[in-house]
Amino acid sequence: MTRIIVVTSGKGGVGKTTTSAAFASGLAMCGFKTAVIDFDVGLRNLDLIMGCERRVVYDFVNVINKEATLNQGLIKDKHCDSLFVLPASQTRDKDALTEEGVERVIEELKAMAFEYIVCDSPAGIETGALMALRFADEALVVTNPEVSSVRDSDRILGILQAKSKRAQDGRGPVKEHLLLTRYSPKRVNDGEMLSYKDVQEILRIPLIGVIPESEAVLQASNKGTPAVHLQGTNVAEAYLDVVARFLGEERQMRFVDYQKPGLFKRLLGGR
Amino acid sequence: MSLLSLLFGNKPKSAEVAKERLQIILARERTGRSAPDFLPALQKDLVEVILRYVTINPEDIKVALERQDNYDVIDVNIVVPDIPARPVSLHSVVRTP
Repeated sequence: MTRIIVVTSGKGGVGKTTTSAAFASGLAMCGFKTAVIDFDVGLRNLDLIMGCERRVVYDFVNVINKEATLNQGLIKDKHCDSLFVLPASQTRDKDALTEEGVERVIEELKAMAFEYIVCDSPAGIETGALMALRFADEALVVTNPEVSSVRDSDRILGILQAKSKRAQDGRGPVKEHLLLTRYSPKRVNDGEMLSYKDVQEILRIPLIGVIPESEAVLQASNKGTPAVHLQGTNVAEAYLDVVARFLGEERQMRFVDYQKPGLFKRLLGGR
Repeated sequence: MSLLSLLFGNKPKSAEVAKERLQIILARERTGRSAPDFLPALQKDLVEVILRYVTINPEDIKVALERQDNYDVIDVNIVVPDIPARPVSLHSVVRTP
């Protein structure tokens, strides 16, 4: 049984691609055969975050247009044997993603016994974003604790239930998960940032995790390594928690409480 | 800053302001999204009926759809001018989702 998960947000720059890369890698690290597809046609970036940009020969649109087979389009991840990346194309043709084409690729992935298909949605509510959520069973709604991001997430939640095939076919609603990223416990503590409880209360969907704001994310993207592989960082730990919760494990929220730096740390200028 | 706020009393924290603003705007946007098509027609009919008995401004009738737990609630708010100076509010539970 294949599960299709869309990583979406409405707003840009909140961490969809970072999350797609980390989440798909986390699933693969648990041994699941996983594919991650970049739906951001024209602005492909998942390949860079996954560190496979130099191995892109064929892309998603080539496969849809039957200019390449799916096997030619899929790039095997360098860290995980059971993870494959399908990069977006750099074409400027907005209508390159057809519903029939996307459906065919997803059916082929199912036939190849992929257990999870992660769809990295572009920002906005145009064709790419609609195609990314069209076949989803579950959704990770990536949100920053900031007003415009929360509002856009609410908007995308409405679109999700109205436009997904699953909901339209009467197979039940898309299962929604709230993922808060770029969270700063200190600023929450100071009353300068919405808390995860605030955001959850406003959006009214279950929280699957909180990813703290961290310098490690930039380091990960600099190197083309999904954040989940940066051992010992709180971001990697938080993403692993998200994957575990997604797979049904109960885990306490971590990295959400502010710990005052000790005197020693303050003297040394630590944060 | 902290010394100043100690002296002059605390202003509301910006996160609280953000939460309040979001709750208001999202409540409005959600009703717009899920409002059934009959609401404008219902409002028009209500205006006609009430005009037979009281002279009111058609804009003094507000019909809105709200959610309360598992119910959709049609909230009808009619402001009757002058003699009964307070707003008359009718609530009716119409259907489960």
